Amino acid sequence: MKKIKVTLYYPADKVTRPITYHLIKDYNLQLNILHADINLNKTGKLIVDIYGLEDKIDEGLDFISKQGIEYKIFNKSIIWNEDSCIHCGACTAVCPSGAIKMDSESWKLTFDKEKCLICELCVKACPLDVMNVLI
Amino acid sequence: MNKTIEEINEKIKKGTAVVLTAEEIIDFAKDNGIEKAAKEVDVVTTATFGPMCSSGIFLNFGHANPPIKMKRVWLNDVPAYTGIAAVDAYIGATELSDLGDFEYGGAHVIEDLIDGKDIKLYAESYGTDCYPRKEITTTINKSNINQAYMFNPRNAYQNYPAATNSSDRTIYTYMGTLLPNNNNINYSTSGQLSPLINDPYLRTVGIGTRIFLGGTVGYVSWEGSQHNPNPNRGDNGVPIGPGASLALIGDIKHMSKEFVRAAVYEGYGVSLFVGIGIPIPIIDKDILINTLVSDDKIFTEIIDKSGNEGSLRKVSYKELRSGLVELKGKKVQSAPLSSLRKAREIANLLKNNIKNSNFYLTQAVQPLPRENVINKLDLRGEYRV
Repeated sequence: MKKIKVTLYYPADKVTRPITYHLIKDYNLQLNILHADINLNKTGKLIVDIYGLEDKIDEGLDFISKQGIEYKIFNKSIIWNEDSCIHCGACTAVCPSGAIKMDSESWKLTFDKEKCLICELCVKACPLDVMNVLI
Repeated sequence: MNKTIEEINEKIKKGTAVVLTAEEIIDFAKDNGIEKAAKEVDVVTTATFGPMCSSGIFLNFGHANPPIKMKRVWLNDVPAYTGIAAVDAYIGATELSDLGDFEYGGAHVIEDLIDGKDIKLYAESYGTDCYPRKEITTTINKSNINQAYMFNPRNAYQNYPAATNSSDRTIYTYMGTLLPNNNNINYSTSGQLSPLINDPYLRTVGIGTRIFLGGTVGYVSWEGSQHNPNPNRGDNGVPIGPGASLALIGDIKHMSKEFVRAAVYEGYGVSLFVGIGIPIPIIDKDILINTLVSDDKIFTEIIDKSGNEGSLRKVSYKELRSGLVELKGKKVQSAPLSSLRKAREIANLLKNNIKNSNFYLTQAVQPLPRENVINKLDLRGEYRV
């Protein structure tokens, strides 16, 4: 089994296609939608975690391409250097997915990698340079 | 029921002083009542750990042979001010490296010195009969120089406005990254744990007050710059927005990087996180009541940083701390810039130092000004644009 994070770029005329339905039903993949910006007659973007058998993921990606939808697999990740972190919270101001949050009891930063969209906004927002991109 | 500082110090000496943090005292008084709390509790510790631009250190490098009267000096390529005696200098936290990026500045030099690291010193001069040397390059660290003491002209601001951005582009400020269309609100305080919020009229804090500064003992040396003792106040006396501020002094040779950290704000520049802890002696019932203040009773204004800095609304720190604030009819994400976690660590450290007879309280030598007017810079005469 394998898990990848992918961004799908929908041309305006393709946003009505039931892509996720086919990925789940025909290729037996588990999908977790992290971010969706889909509007009728506009180009759209979907960020999704895909989990399944490696060859099924490959077939699924092939299917996506054949539908005229471009995709990009994430090959970066965000590394949080927790030891140097002072837990100020400046990075939480810009995190669009809620991956980085402050715990409301301990006021400690929490980082849920699963929810991370690797948008890198926290990297710039962190005043102590403890959020870094790993390529 | 009133206590003097001497009486409290006597208890500290015996190891019998009752010390609580400004967060703990709230529940203690709820459970035990105000009268009992005022009688039994001797000291309430407060703290903050936030970015404070108005910070820096004085240095004396010692004389070389032959000696130099430094005219210009750089520490790790960051300029320091040396328009004082021959080998004295001051380096400010926000000074940027001459190498031309935002990655390193005065705050980093300060953090590195505290951390015991070597710093490159380069100085030049015009040469005099008594100071013939014209140039010098060497390495310094906190052990091989004479003095290195922090003197911060403005720290521990009593309260501060929260910031948002009403424009349609992201703006980069000293209040962090502000997303377009009021999509976030940033605030900077330790709220109910914050030093001057717990003594809003500065009854127990004045010139000479011994404090925790950057991991060691420090002192209040003067009023802070822009000190405003007469701001708008809530019913509990707590200022709504900026009020009093403190100038602080302490020896960096005894400080720890744990409590002094350099910061870089995207698109703005460099600043310094300073850890401050101030003990409030519970000399009477009134000061005890002041320390019971909680985040729902502390207010600030939300300011639009993209425009005329007008206030969009008044907000409590309880609402800001909830992470979602109502603004212009929508729920907006709010984020802190000052570390409450580290502030709690400092308040607890100071508490334990007092309980263990390692920190004694001081009577202020003189109160800070109670009357003071904040001036705007007067633009006039031939230079007026």
